[in-house]
Amino acid sequence: MPSKYVIHTKPVPHRFEPITKSGVIAWEEGCLKCAVCVKNQCVYGVYDHRHMDDRQMVDSIDNQCMNCFRCVQNCPRELIHKSINPDFMVMGDSHWTPDTIARLWYQSQTGKIPVSGAGYPGPFSGPGFDSMWTDMSEIVRPTRDGIHGREYISTTVDLGRTPKNLVFTGEGEMNEDIPPLVHIPIPMMMRLPRFGAVNDQTIKGWVMAARHLDTLLVLPQEICSQYPLEVQRHLVPSIGTGFKKMAPNKMTRMVELIWDKDWDKNIEVARYSYPSAIVAMRFPLSQGVEEDIPTALDAGCPVIHLEGRMDGTTLDQPSQYIKDGIRRVHQALVERGIRDEITLVASGGLAMAEHVAKSIICGADAVILDFPILIALECRMCRRCEKGLSCPVEIDQADSKWVARRTINLMGAWHNQLLEVMGAMGIREARRLRGEVGRAMFFEDLEKDLFGTLIKVKEGYELE
Amino acid sequence: MSLSNEPFQLPEIVRTPSRFRNPIGKYRLHRTTACTACGRCVEICPYGVHIMKRGKVYIKNQYLCVGENCPRPCHEACPENALSLKRNPDFDALGDFRWPADLLVSTWYMAEFGTTPSLGLEYKVGSSGGGFDKLRILMKKKTPGFDDISDDDVDVGVVLNRRNDNAHRVRIEVPFYGGGMSYGSVSIATILSRIKAAAALGTFCCTGEGGYPDELKPYDDHVITQVATGLFGVREETIKRVKIVEFKYAQGAKPGLGGHLLGDKVTPGVARMREAVVGFPLFSPFPFHSVYSVEDHKKHVDWIKAINPQALVSVKVSTPTDVDMVAVGSYYAGAHIIHLDGSYGGTGAAPEIAKKNIAMPIEYAVPKVHRFLTEEGVRDKITVIASGGIRTPHDVVKIIALGADGVCTGTADLVALECIRCHNCESGRGCARGIATTDPDLMQLMEIEWGTQRIINLFIAWRKELIRILKRLGIKSLKELVGQTDCLVHLDYLKDRSTV
Repeated sequence: MPSKYVIHTKPVPHRFEPITKSGVIAWEEGCLKCAVCVKNQCVYGVYDHRHMDDRQMVDSIDNQCMNCFRCVQNCPRELIHKSINPDFMVMGDSHWTPDTIARLWYQSQTGKIPVSGAGYPGPFSGPGFDSMWTDMSEIVRPTRDGIHGREYISTTVDLGRTPKNLVFTGEGEMNEDIPPLVHIPIPMMMRLPRFGAVNDQTIKGWVMAARHLDTLLVLPQEICSQYPLEVQRHLVPSIGTGFKKMAPNKMTRMVELIWDKDWDKNIEVARYSYPSAIVAMRFPLSQGVEEDIPTALDAGCPVIHLEGRMDGTTLDQPSQYIKDGIRRVHQALVERGIRDEITLVASGGLAMAEHVAKSIICGADAVILDFPILIALECRMCRRCEKGLSCPVEIDQADSKWVARRTINLMGAWHNQLLEVMGAMGIREARRLRGEVGRAMFFEDLEKDLFGTLIKVKEGYELE
Repeated sequence: MSLSNEPFQLPEIVRTPSRFRNPIGKYRLHRTTACTACGRCVEICPYGVHIMKRGKVYIKNQYLCVGENCPRPCHEACPENALSLKRNPDFDALGDFRWPADLLVSTWYMAEFGTTPSLGLEYKVGSSGGGFDKLRILMKKKTPGFDDISDDDVDVGVVLNRRNDNAHRVRIEVPFYGGGMSYGSVSIATILSRIKAAAALGTFCCTGEGGYPDELKPYDDHVITQVATGLFGVREETIKRVKIVEFKYAQGAKPGLGGHLLGDKVTPGVARMREAVVGFPLFSPFPFHSVYSVEDHKKHVDWIKAINPQALVSVKVSTPTDVDMVAVGSYYAGAHIIHLDGSYGGTGAAPEIAKKNIAMPIEYAVPKVHRFLTEEGVRDKITVIASGGIRTPHDVVKIIALGADGVCTGTADLVALECIRCHNCESGRGCARGIATTDPDLMQLMEIEWGTQRIINLFIAWRKELIRILKRLGIKSLKELVGQTDCLVHLDYLKDRSTV
């Protein structure tokens, strides 16, 4: 058994005060100057070191307030109130919700799993991954306690082709070379988000994080080649049209091509330039993609990257989510009997740790994260950078070490959450979670079965 | 309790206002200096919002203002136009999808007055967009013969022992009892308020894992003691003291995950209760490391029955996809009660990923289990209790119609004690409002008599509402409602929307 993979996290302060869901409004006018003011009684000491951040015009009490409402409810002149912060509510969009963004900030800052009391406060279900639940075992399936460390849960996955069977010569020697496999200790890789105030320092930070985590970062080929060879072990050059042959690079373990009209020309150039690398092919996750995958496999691309939209839908059908797309492709490949020769990697709209586990349950082997590693750097998803405007949290000013540590914290928190759900499911290996839909429950199955018949208002009855 | 032949006497409602100076309501009234203290507003307000004191008019009970729903609005009647009405921003900063501000404030209202709020507050459903919040109860437009029957003629009690074995013939007078909250997770005042209210209401309250404090002794007949995976505080003596023993296999808030009490929290008191060492962290593992089959489980049940032959055994489980098999297994192992705990409840801290994702919603688990137990022919031999997200009397009716016999409450009790659902139960010194804390100063914020009466008031309001609904359904006994899914419609699948 390999030694246990642990991501060590430690708090990394934010550079800007986060936007909070609600703010404190404390009026001074009319104050009775009570001998014992409710502000002094704050359990969290919020008012004790109150200060204003001049640059951002943020009152420190907004960020420290824990919403117990005691001051609101006890001030004799009712001078203190809480109010929803409109700046918070407009962050992101319907997929990258304000709550999702705030939780990513928290995890990147603390490296901890979000924990809270008083039950689950959210909606019953929702689109995409929100319409599935993971299973747990009650009595008959013993589980493992991954985080507290008493038992070992492996999150390692392999990228590449596993041969269907081994062929031996008469002398008992292996008749063919085992195709190369890349092992990564977490089923999470990274790539550049489509937008973001990202510069060389930011990318350098992410490269450092990928090395530290021993995973892979997908980068445009021309950026990869700027890094020293030993670093390139953790980089996946993404090769587009126009790429020219270069002196063979044997450190690179995986390259990525794009499924376009020139793919067959590019594959040759890639093979020459990266002779020891596994070739991954990036497909848009759309209808019929499963028909093209065998072609790519035959051409020598055992890793298939299914790319969804950043809002978690598939590329051509807004009502289909990547959850549905991955399931469909996985199932089609199983039916063709080639699933084990292929590594499926999914990306697009993955915004929470649970999306990693759920992608794998739906049939992916691993995922590629993009925007979460940007939001780790305090990105507010305001998309000003897309319009060429300045970044409100100056990501382009961030030091690469800070970038790396924030990214490591986020991945550490996600890794621990993956262990939590795998432990509850009684699954000891991420590899064995793949396609295990038996360890999941789907809204569409349960809802129709149990509520689909509650449809009739009988004569003489009314609803309440 | 049904052990004596004396008829059960419902406790009195005593108005029990908020512990805080400024209770939160939906609206705010503002009075300008143009006010001449003519007293018109005091006169017309049906809710006692305004008072006259020494020739001056004050807004005294702002939280009772029903705003736009008011039949006689003061701000329109004021001859000086000195009054204006707006929504209270504090109200809008409260709550979540499960417990929106309306549900919180209406629960506070019920805990104060012992009756459902009259106008302007949604007290029946939350806004989670599914499950309970999309199910509606089908009421009869006319219920001849039910209009003038007394509330006492409608039976909302539940018999918990259906095995007809040697165990106690326990009946609860209301279809709910208090779910487990351990000593340590909530204050002793909270525990005692819940247990005293349970005793007054003719029902039970569970200790949770972590021991059976001596203060509970006078209420032994209303206590359920818990045997959980850590076996903390479990002794022969405590098992013998009670009428119901609950095995906790899992809890809805963190299904599949163990508990972890930090070393700092293992104070001398907690350590004594749990028979552990001061300052060392305690794990309550998942699952029972001695139970990997129904046969192993039966061994546990038999062990309890050997120590206390008359005890009812309840088995508390979470809701995995095979929850129906687990329920049948529990029946064959000898359990009297199968307690299904869904994931919207819980007081202690739990990873959000667990609360949101692991195990199925209680609204799915109950009909699945009911169906499976019925097909197995044992449904009438075991009591099904549902918990984890039962917020209103309407939730109670819906889950019983889906197949439960009764429910456990937890969060609703705490909301009656003015929990505001800030979700910080375990951060720092614990609950800032003095409910879920063992901090000596914070515990002072709440008194047992106050807490007891608030919970009694809330549940009397629930009971009244249950009886009202049963009458409208044309049912005299709650047990007739069990599994009657034709009393329900789901708004998403409703055929003829014009009837809504």
